[in-house]
Amino acid sequence: MIKFLLSRLLTFLPTFIGVTLISFAFIRVLPGDPIIVMAGERGMSEERYQELVAELGYDRPVLVQYWEYLGGVIQGDLGDSFVTKRPVWDEFFALFPATLELSACAMTLAILIGLPAGVIAAVYRGKFFDRALMSTALIGYSMPIFWWALLLIIVFSGNLQWTPVSGRIDLLYYFDDVTGFMLIDSILSGQKGAFISAVRHLILPTIVLATVPLAVIARQTRSAMLEVLSEDYIRTAKAKGLGPARINGMHAMRNALIPVITVIGLSVGTLLAGAILTETIFSWPGIGKWMVDSIFRRDYPVVQGGLLLIALMVMIVNLIVDVLYGFINPKIRKQ
Amino acid sequence: MSMKRNLAAGLTMAILGSTALSAQTLVYCSEGSPEGFDPALYTSGTTFDASSHPIYNRLTEFETGTTNVIPGLAESWTASEDGLEYTFSLRQGVQFHSSDTFTPTRDFNADDVIFSFERQRLVDHPYHEVSGGTWEYFSGMSMPDLVASVEKVDDYTVKFVLTRPEAPFVANMAMDFASILSAEYADVMMEAGTPEMLNQAPIGTGPFSFVAYQKDAVIRYATNADYWRGAAGYDNLIFAITPDASVRYQKLQAGECHIMPYPNPADIEAMVADEGINVLQQEGLNVGYLAYNTQIAPFDDPAVRRALNMAIDKQAIIDVVFQGSGQIAKNPIPPTMWSYNDAIVDDVYDPVAARAALDAAGVTDLSMNIWAMPVQRPYNPNARRMAELMQADFAAVGVDVEIVSYEWGEYLSRSREIDRDGAVLLGWTGDNGDPDNFLAVLLGCDGIENSNRAQWCHQPFEDLIQAAKVETDPAERTRLYEEAQVVFKDQAPWATIAHSVVYMPMRPEVEGYIVHPLGGHIFYDVTLAE
Repeated sequence: MIKFLLSRLLTFLPTFIGVTLISFAFIRVLPGDPIIVMAGERGMSEERYQELVAELGYDRPVLVQYWEYLGGVIQGDLGDSFVTKRPVWDEFFALFPATLELSACAMTLAILIGLPAGVIAAVYRGKFFDRALMSTALIGYSMPIFWWALLLIIVFSGNLQWTPVSGRIDLLYYFDDVTGFMLIDSILSGQKGAFISAVRHLILPTIVLATVPLAVIARQTRSAMLEVLSEDYIRTAKAKGLGPARINGMHAMRNALIPVITVIGLSVGTLLAGAILTETIFSWPGIGKWMVDSIFRRDYPVVQGGLLLIALMVMIVNLIVDVLYGFINPKIRKQ
Repeated sequence: MSMKRNLAAGLTMAILGSTALSAQTLVYCSEGSPEGFDPALYTSGTTFDASSHPIYNRLTEFETGTTNVIPGLAESWTASEDGLEYTFSLRQGVQFHSSDTFTPTRDFNADDVIFSFERQRLVDHPYHEVSGGTWEYFSGMSMPDLVASVEKVDDYTVKFVLTRPEAPFVANMAMDFASILSAEYADVMMEAGTPEMLNQAPIGTGPFSFVAYQKDAVIRYATNADYWRGAAGYDNLIFAITPDASVRYQKLQAGECHIMPYPNPADIEAMVADEGINVLQQEGLNVGYLAYNTQIAPFDDPAVRRALNMAIDKQAIIDVVFQGSGQIAKNPIPPTMWSYNDAIVDDVYDPVAARAALDAAGVTDLSMNIWAMPVQRPYNPNARRMAELMQADFAAVGVDVEIVSYEWGEYLSRSREIDRDGAVLLGWTGDNGDPDNFLAVLLGCDGIENSNRAQWCHQPFEDLIQAAKVETDPAERTRLYEEAQVVFKDQAPWATIAHSVVYMPMRPEVEGYIVHPLGGHIFYDVTLAE
């Protein structure tokens, strides 16, 4: 197992350096000069422009800039945002718990519903439930997120007033961040009703963000299960007289899980992409909106640092997925 | 009990029910996050709404609802005969806010004024580089060239010595970058090794003291009970940051906020019809225009420019592009600005006369580019659509138009080039309510290859605006600017298109809110009915 982990970790390094290079190059190949964008219609004199270019270090060769950036990254310094003048690192960690909390809730919801739904659809293949589920999944997969979010807000927050419109907690509650996770901090605050408020604020954004991964997981589980259910060992299990719960739950599902876990791992990237829209609509203070704003403002350090950290998260999740494969299927571990 | 806990307790008592709003807390659903809380470091209105308006004061201030300059932290001021010295008498007994980390030991005085400007002006000032200070607005208003020195005459008198006479200087002192910070707080923070706290945990003299900011989520302020103009009529001010306009509307309806800015134009009709929402409106201090390149034939001929202006159906643009949230512009300055010349008659939309005028000027088979901005601005919510309408209008008079666009940064820099091919859609939002800020910046000879996108330098116009710049008599300045607008209209370097109309939807219990022509959102005068 340790050898397996080490080999996976070794592939980490070149990927990491590749990501620093891509994130550094990405923002620079986009047209648009950050200083001119910053000045807007007002403009600035050529002299002032050159002063700022020198101040921000853009007068040096790109390779030198990259080298310094890489050196900073290795020492844990991602630079300061042009816009807020604060360290990228601080900004990321102020916002990331909100994204992580929302993504974790969305992924949990997607797995809790998507997995059993896919299994049931496979078991009852061709029946009403299967058709209904697969049509719903297709709708969920193709629905524009912003439209779906606004629809939910108008119905559940506007008309029925069951859930709050946006934000993470009612303005009535106010406490210092301890972990940055509102569900935990609301309990730690000891303020009555704070936790319930945090949960109520999570409901709609979780549903919206979970919609696409849920549909993907349900469809993937169904097709993986169908494949496994036609295997000889399932027939043998049936012949041995095992009940359907044991056959489907133990024998079929465990083997069907490999492709499903792959999809779950890949969905983390989708979740972060979905978070951009979901966070904007629900005024959720996470990294999705932070990244988009920084691209529009050509805030190089934030785009570079943010991309790098997000890529790092995705890489870590994929590492965990790789390790999980090993647990589920010992053959992979031993290869 | 810390100040934060006090506020939490206060809020808990103040806000009844989970979503209902109390009469003691004003909640504003703001459109975005502030970049920081030191207004001199930034240039965006969103940042000023969260910093300079609630937290700070300036030597002079704009009277809310007008562009008139009134006394602020300076009770009065005098200008020397030659217009090179401005002496400000400071208000006494004004206190700075207190926080968990700072309690002022003295009242506001001349040292605070000196600190607030010298940190921006002097490159060797200990605070010049703090928080990556680039002091864009200070530079943008030419303050480094204009101010020769800032001198303390006594504890309550400060003298600014200028390098040239400049009448708009007093209005500049009312701008956000000129907010007065506490020199004592700066010293304490420098000593503690945390000078950036000036920007992150601001201390000012304004109507609200800063309590906390949760990035991209909520900003909390407490009413300053000792405010020198008198305390605001409620206890707490909260900015609930809500970037999506449709969501702001839903929050307003659900009672999760009292006031919201920047509604979707498509929602305004429904808001006006909704009895649970009041909508205030006012023309914005801006102008959207089409700037011809007056250095290139045939656009160097005013007759051609006037003919093209006659071909544009501006009402259609207001209806389609602004969806009603704009009004036709006939002058280069907006109607809320002093010296606006209302006697000027706008170009009449007349395609037949336009074609005849083009023929008379000897222009046939004209092809031209129209540049459409890639971004939304209050003065132009959809430049592409606007360009398409103009393309159709110009086609009707025999002019073939190609629409071009670039990424915003490229657009801004390429449109400055003197040999630029085509007419550019752009606009301007005023800084200090002074006509000089529109006419000299956008149409003065110095602005060529920069913010003067028409590349237009017309001596009679230039003489008028330069005379007005150094004239201190307001009546004479008004006369000069009115005259300059007449010259502008005759020479037509731009087609003036529109001024946006600003809408502010709010709940009926909000009273006393005034839409400010300079674009800021100011909540000091507001009260909440029970």
